[in-house]
Amino acid sequence: MLAFLIRRIGQSLFVILAMAALVFLGVFFIGNPIDVLLAPDADQAERAEAIVRLGLDKPLWQQFFIFLADLARGDLGTSFVHGTSAVGLIFERLPATMELAFVALVLAVVVGIPLGVIAGLKSEGFAGRSIMTGSIVGFSLPNFWFGIMLILFFAVTLQWLPAGGRGPTGSLFGIELSLLNPAGWPNLLMPALTLAIYKVSLVIRLAYSGTREAMLQDYVRFARAKGLSRRRILGVHVLKNILIPIVTVLGLELGSMIAFAVVTESVFAWPGIGKLLIDSIGRLDRPVIVAYLMIVVALFAVINLVVDILYSVLDPRVRLSDTGN
Amino acid sequence: MSAVLEVHDLKAHFFTRRGVIAAVDGVDFSLERGEVMGLVGESGSGKTVTGLSILGLIDPPGRIVAGSIRLAGQELVGASEEEWRMIRGRKVAMIFQDPMMTLNPVLRIDTQMMEAILAHEAIPQEAARQRCRDALGRVGIPSPNERLSAYPHQFSGGMRQRVAIAIALLNNPELIIADEPTTALDVTIQAQIVAQVQKLAAEMGTAVVWVTHDLAVVSGLADKLAVMYAGRIVEEGPTADVLNRPMHPYTLGLLNSLPVRNPRGRPLNQIPGAAPSLLALPPGCPFAPRCIRAVDICRQVAPAETDAGNARRLRCYNPLPAAEAA
Amino acid sequence: MADVSIKGTLPRDQVETPFARFVADYCSSWLAVAALVVVVVLITLSALAPWIAPQNPYDLTQLSIFDNMLAPGERSMEGKLYLLGTDDQGRDMLSAMFYGLKLSFFVGIVSTAVALAIGIAAGITAAYFGGRIDTVIMRFVDLQLSFPAILIALILLALLGKGVDKVIIALVAVQWAYYARTIRGGALVERQREYIDAARNLALPSHRIIFRHLLPNCLPPLVVVATIQVAHAISLEATLSFLGVGVPITEPSLGLLISNGYKYILSGKYWISVYPGLLLLLTILAINLVGDRLRDLLNPRLKA
Repeated sequence: MLAFLIRRIGQSLFVILAMAALVFLGVFFIGNPIDVLLAPDADQAERAEAIVRLGLDKPLWQQFFIFLADLARGDLGTSFVHGTSAVGLIFERLPATMELAFVALVLAVVVGIPLGVIAGLKSEGFAGRSIMTGSIVGFSLPNFWFGIMLILFFAVTLQWLPAGGRGPTGSLFGIELSLLNPAGWPNLLMPALTLAIYKVSLVIRLAYSGTREAMLQDYVRFARAKGLSRRRILGVHVLKNILIPIVTVLGLELGSMIAFAVVTESVFAWPGIGKLLIDSIGRLDRPVIVAYLMIVVALFAVINLVVDILYSVLDPRVRLSDTGN
Repeated sequence: MSAVLEVHDLKAHFFTRRGVIAAVDGVDFSLERGEVMGLVGESGSGKTVTGLSILGLIDPPGRIVAGSIRLAGQELVGASEEEWRMIRGRKVAMIFQDPMMTLNPVLRIDTQMMEAILAHEAIPQEAARQRCRDALGRVGIPSPNERLSAYPHQFSGGMRQRVAIAIALLNNPELIIADEPTTALDVTIQAQIVAQVQKLAAEMGTAVVWVTHDLAVVSGLADKLAVMYAGRIVEEGPTADVLNRPMHPYTLGLLNSLPVRNPRGRPLNQIPGAAPSLLALPPGCPFAPRCIRAVDICRQVAPAETDAGNARRLRCYNPLPAAEAA
Repeated sequence: MADVSIKGTLPRDQVETPFARFVADYCSSWLAVAALVVVVVLITLSALAPWIAPQNPYDLTQLSIFDNMLAPGERSMEGKLYLLGTDDQGRDMLSAMFYGLKLSFFVGIVSTAVALAIGIAAGITAAYFGGRIDTVIMRFVDLQLSFPAILIALILLALLGKGVDKVIIALVAVQWAYYARTIRGGALVERQREYIDAARNLALPSHRIIFRHLLPNCLPPLVVVATIQVAHAISLEATLSFLGVGVPITEPSLGLLISNGYKYILSGKYWISVYPGLLLLLTILAINLVGDRLRDLLNPRLKA
């Protein structure tokens, strides 16, 4: 277990390092680093001063190590637009995005698993076919357009829900969360649903094929021969087996949800890191972009590690020391 | 009536897109308390479907279309799903072919054992656990207490089949259906499992239907044999009688294809042809196209079951004379 | 005896080529047939856009600002009918959608084709040569695939700037790794087969073995992935354009049209977003349904 953890953390660090190198090269070679790191309206003296201050007169490898050292200290520069620490900005907005992704994940599981299991049990029937066709529609829905349609219907036409913004939040250990304040729930609903819709379809697919496969297995037949109730067979024998791929895939998809929050947050003016990224791209606020990338990469690495551990908890056949070749 | 199980004119058909498959097409037999019957036949003869029918485990597109299954006097055909559920595991238990597949890989052994008890009785967890421990000990699993909290992949194939047998015996059923429980195991393990089941069934008075394609396995185990072909029992009788003096040409064919019965150096006897497609059964006796003794009537009308004396029954117009078997 | 056993078998079907059989299997699902028809019709319509669209939405001289924001079915002052209304520039929505669809298909198909070529080259190279080459290529593929496509495309476009060509570059960059992995997986299995050994024993040149023997046998899964990836690429292009990093405002794609209409959604001017979105959904859905059917047919495990 410990050996596994050490190796996995080593792998994660390697990925972060590789990404740091890519980001470093991207930022420092594509476009003049001074243009990248300095406000566009800087004058000649400022430029010269910046070249020395930023250490751009030093050789490349030295610059890279300085970048890494800054990275390790959590210092990725100051936002041109906000005038505050780029890393600080990201962390300030991170809870909003994580909350959105978390609620969407819960929605995907709560809606997707029952539908997928039903479809898997009745794959030839009308219900099964409808659910599976519906899941293809869910896959095909352009995410941002679905969000706009929700706004059009629930906010503009029916006026039941607010069209955007985060609404009131509650505070826990200084972190602002909509979930803690029921008045903020209406604001959370449509963005979470928009972010969830693709994953709901994905979970339906996984649960469907898993259920179909499991129901043909001898252990289900044996469970029936033991006289177990249908509820117990589905709820324990089948569910525990189909959860393995679902948890694995969903865990990995959590990363893509955080990335896709860029779209959802733009549609619903949700003040998370995705909206921050888009705004920063629009305003060429490069330090924030770099900070976003590095933090998201680190986040993905952590998520992957947690998924691996969860996976071994769920599937007793997998020993942690055997995974991750 | 002391019969534990009476099956009468049982028909289980599968309604597929390509047509109706009469997997079981009129099967009769009965079992006394503690009696062991070998149900023998090739793949596709309907022996497994017969076994599954007795537990009500035939799934669509298949279903029981006619006949009666009486378990200790209770009619099961037409029972509701809940009634079936109460029968399964409590009065009739089943052991399957592949022990690698019958235990759920992600659940611990104790979970899978205790649920079999708790599905039928509301007893305290600890009492259920104790019973599981005893059951594991009875089937010869060393240190049952520790093994209870293991996962299936930590057992060998033979050990898993013992666990499956222990689960089948947990509620003292009146009948066990064993569907080729030794086919997937090594020969030495096979013999152990056979002996184990025989001993336990005798001790507890449990009747057993042992489904197999292997006459050698059941010869020392079963009190009587029923030979199935194309959905019907073609010959039935006490094990020794059937083996020593087969009357149906198909039974003889099965016996002659056993390696041990052939003199060294002579090629094995085979039954010519292959088992017929149940979708396109020839008229008359389904075995007629492969039968060396077929006469005209065999190809026109299927033979009815006749009493051949000595507790033997037969479906054949032209049975073997006694001398043939020697 | 012999004649009896023949009677027992089913009558022989008329001789079918595998392709005819495949077509027949495909057609057994009416939904899949309908989806294929929709895809063909949409591609035809988009190809004919310059001739059938009432207006050239890219030609600013044809636009009249006085006709802006007309609701569907309204007429301009000269009496021109706008079936689906106009946008804030006075563009006829119907024409803009034809042209937008054309752009979507163009971007989707071109990027998929280029990515396919790169992916096949990388995947086959990795599988055929193995060893260190394989490790390097696949490490890179794995690293890339561990990041969401949208993020990679977004950052690339942030660096490259707007433009149809740049969108295609970004889409190629995010897609090629899927193909590389798919084809490597297939090729590794095929490489073990005896016919490759046989071809090697004949001392055939590498490229001949790869293109005449390995590649054709790896194609089925690739066809499925490529079909679904076209839909994916179209969706991703729309998303990037919506986010404002995709195509330029002068050549609106479906995504940009929706984005444009988003500004007016709160004032109830629904048509600028709704209709292009419906067309986009229909396009992606139809391609996905075709891909889904192909997957079912080409996946031997599901055939049974």
